[in-house]
Amino acid sequence: MADPVLELRDVTISFPTDRGLLRPVDGISFAVAPGRTTAVVGESGCGKSVTALAIMGLLPSGGRIGGSIRLAGREVSTLTPEEWRGKRGGEMAMVFQEPMTSLNPAFTAGEQVAEALRIHQRLDPKAAFDRAVEMLARVRIPDAARRARQYPHQLSGGMRQRVMIAMALACRPRLLIADEPTTALDVTVQAQILALIDEMKRETGTAVVLITHDLGVVADHADDVVVMYAGRVAERAPAEQLFATPQHPYTIGLLGAAPKLEGGAARLASIEGTVPDLLHPPAGCRFAARCPFAIEKCREQSPPLGEVLPGHNVACWRAPLDTLLEVAA
Amino acid sequence: MWAWLLRRIGQIIPTLIILSFMIFGLQQLMPGDPALILAGEERGDPLVLQQIREELKLDRPIVEQYLYWVGNVVQGDFGFSWRIRMPVTDLILQKLPVTIQLATMSFLIAIVIGVPLGILSAVKRDTPTDWAANGVALFGISTPNFWLGIMMILLFSVELGWLPPSGYVPLWEDPVQSLATTIMPAFVLGTGVASVLMRHTRAAMLTALSQDYIRTARAKGVSEKSVIRRHALRNALIPVVTLGTIEFGRLLAGAVLTEQIFTIPGFGKLVVDAVFNRDYPVVQGVVLATALIFVLLSLIADILYMAINPRLRQA
Repeated sequence: MADPVLELRDVTISFPTDRGLLRPVDGISFAVAPGRTTAVVGESGCGKSVTALAIMGLLPSGGRIGGSIRLAGREVSTLTPEEWRGKRGGEMAMVFQEPMTSLNPAFTAGEQVAEALRIHQRLDPKAAFDRAVEMLARVRIPDAARRARQYPHQLSGGMRQRVMIAMALACRPRLLIADEPTTALDVTVQAQILALIDEMKRETGTAVVLITHDLGVVADHADDVVVMYAGRVAERAPAEQLFATPQHPYTIGLLGAAPKLEGGAARLASIEGTVPDLLHPPAGCRFAARCPFAIEKCREQSPPLGEVLPGHNVACWRAPLDTLLEVAA
Repeated sequence: MWAWLLRRIGQIIPTLIILSFMIFGLQQLMPGDPALILAGEERGDPLVLQQIREELKLDRPIVEQYLYWVGNVVQGDFGFSWRIRMPVTDLILQKLPVTIQLATMSFLIAIVIGVPLGILSAVKRDTPTDWAANGVALFGISTPNFWLGIMMILLFSVELGWLPPSGYVPLWEDPVQSLATTIMPAFVLGTGVASVLMRHTRAAMLTALSQDYIRTARAKGVSEKSVIRRHALRNALIPVVTLGTIEFGRLLAGAVLTEQIFTIPGFGKLVVDAVFNRDYPVVQGVVLATALIFVLLSLIADILYMAINPRLRQA
């Protein structure tokens, strides 16, 4: 593996609250290689979005980062706010979930893309706007010169998300974080946007972190997968391997719960139970209460993230699970 | 855009008609002979009474009286003050520059204090700076103008002798002296408006700063200064501009107490003097003029709102 663009090592994110210290992310590690897409998967509240904000240095006030976040080999978690700002939009960029509200209604699409170029490449307004029009054309916005002069309310949701992508990629960042970039869009537009991200990744060599809860998206677009559960990494593997031989009971549950078109009218499978309270996390494995394979040890000791196959890590006392599954079947 | 403007102007017409009913109706609702009321203190003079009856066609049916009155108003004739023996229109035009000057100065003071303070308190939300700014606003809203006016006269005129305590010098006669005579009343009036602007700017900024697009701006590396000044303020000012225009209208309507304290010969003083002298035509004229200013300013507020809000501009 080439030197990773992004490397998280034992990252903990905490917020002080009235009821005690909240740790939405508790000791996660993963790396993202250049030109590859790493999907971060999990239910709402598992800590995937807050991880993205932490990498960008955009945590809400009061949020603290422990552990190490390295961008192209340089530690960023100890940067001053001003140094971190210098990297945002230049070396690292982010596309958000809500294209309808993520663009500023008071500026034209072109101005908003041009702003990143003015800040990071110090282009004058005219040159920046011309480059912005080029970027809009590259993300396949038809009639880009005219669209660049329009305001967000004059653009469709898919078009706005293209503007967001053009804005994020304008300065050729090393790292692009896409936080549920298609959740708010129509299905046909979803596929177009994801294909666009793939294409831009190939063209620019940008490493992509794709945050999603949609395993169908993961299967089609991710090279590597990080499965998160309740603020921890449950399983981490190359995408093909994860789908072929999932090791963590939670991953298996997720794959089972993913709706398939072939399933017809069959009832949607679900994972019983709910996510634990992160203010008072359980002592052992956080999935133990919902896990059909849990044993006494699971409730008492937290499992480390161990390598069960080359490049395939899983945090489970009972892994590898192959034998157990045969018993269960 | 043009269709909208025409429609908006069209909406004014019913407002104006209702307005004319109310102002004309008040005169009719007064018990007794309208001529006696309009004559005010001059009621003892039978010649004046006869003149009024003829001028206003008081012997004609009421509809005819109304149409005649509206016709005069449309032509700029707001009636005649038999007390001062001057057309009301002339009186109003005489006082209007004074009131405009005072209102403009007050409004500038209000903007200079209110808007930056509102931004500051939104950006520094829940810190001592925010509390201090809110304290200033509370003081501005709750301090009665007459008290603040008297205190300022005591300090700057009586104790320090820096400013004249009262009176007015027109701007074109002696600009420096004119500013010296109006700065205190302008400040007194401005503080109240500043507080309103401050509270609204703060609320609008807090709303703007919590929007997704602010996070987007930060994500592309926009400096915090520019996030506040460009990305948040541009959106936050949209409602504040509208509010500001209406507040300016309130200032133009005159400030009865403040003008009285500083003996500024503006609308406020004109109307007070007219009330005390039972100079009904003047009261009626000032009310009419004020109402017209308000209607006009709310039209301007809507046009401004349109001009600064791109979502409406192309709609």
